[in-house]
Amino acid sequence: MINEILIMNGYGLYVWSSFLFTFLSFLSLYLIIKTQYIKEKNKFIAKFGNLNSERAASARLQNINKEILSNSTNI
Amino acid sequence: MFKLFEPNKIFSITSKAPKYVLFLFVIVLSVGLTEALILSPEDYKQGHSVRIMYVHVPAAWIALGIFSAVTLLSILGYITKFKNFFLIAKSLAPSGFVFNIVALVTGSIWGKPTWGTWWAWDARITSMLILALFYGMYLISWRIYEDKEKVFQVSTIITILGIINVPITKYSVDWWNTLHQPASINIFTKSSIHSSMLFPLLIMTAAFALFSLLIFLMKYNTELIKIKNKGLDRL
Repeated sequence: MINEILIMNGYGLYVWSSFLFTFLSFLSLYLIIKTQYIKEKNKFIAKFGNLNSERAASARLQNINKEILSNSTNI
Repeated sequence: MFKLFEPNKIFSITSKAPKYVLFLFVIVLSVGLTEALILSPEDYKQGHSVRIMYVHVPAAWIALGIFSAVTLLSILGYITKFKNFFLIAKSLAPSGFVFNIVALVTGSIWGKPTWGTWWAWDARITSMLILALFYGMYLISWRIYEDKEKVFQVSTIITILGIINVPITKYSVDWWNTLHQPASINIFTKSSIHSSMLFPLLIMTAAFALFSLLIFLMKYNTELIKIKNKGLDRL
């Protein structure tokens, strides 16, 4: 059964390499986008931390800024 | 109506949605892979190599669909001057490009056991390669132009030129005598594919669509945070 799934009457190499290429491409894209996201978010948090209290209070009034800061752990 | 699409309003949704989409993607993909690699039958002519169809066809469909959406959004953005359309289009493009590459590479791998060659300058394959070039030009245009108005203009022109290629890709197998087989699935007429193969194909298409949604949401959130970073610089 396992051999049949792996070898697929001689087509296994073609089938498995197609699926492998597809999912490696997916994983690479996911990791690239996630890295960009984390980088931008960390930049945002650092910039926010450097604001003086008056500017920070003004920036905090915007919903989107609150969302970015509150949702900082995961994507 | 455009107020519904204001980044401030939709960020609260788009920032929370990826984890649910990822969860759903893993479930649908697991079902799709079980169907595609184990439960679906082999083809009477192509044998087990037909299983490549379950990654090749959804990737090609989604690559064509995303390019059409990117074009529509770019044109709408250009007409209405509502910048969020460009942002949505820009966030969709990376997954469309990757699906296009997947369709080309898996098609090439499928070509070897069925046609005896990795590549042929066939109308369908060549038009998919041209689509990948348009995706590449679109993505590069966002990197090379600093001026926003210029990038909106150039990227819209690229998509308008590229969209001419989409119906050519779709109908190439009907208009020319190609090595690539004609479409087996038709919306308006009876499909020539058996339900035992159609079901896994649709499941895998749903999984791939969820993956492109996941990438879109992550990219869109990144773009919004980038804009907010520039906003903090101005404070």
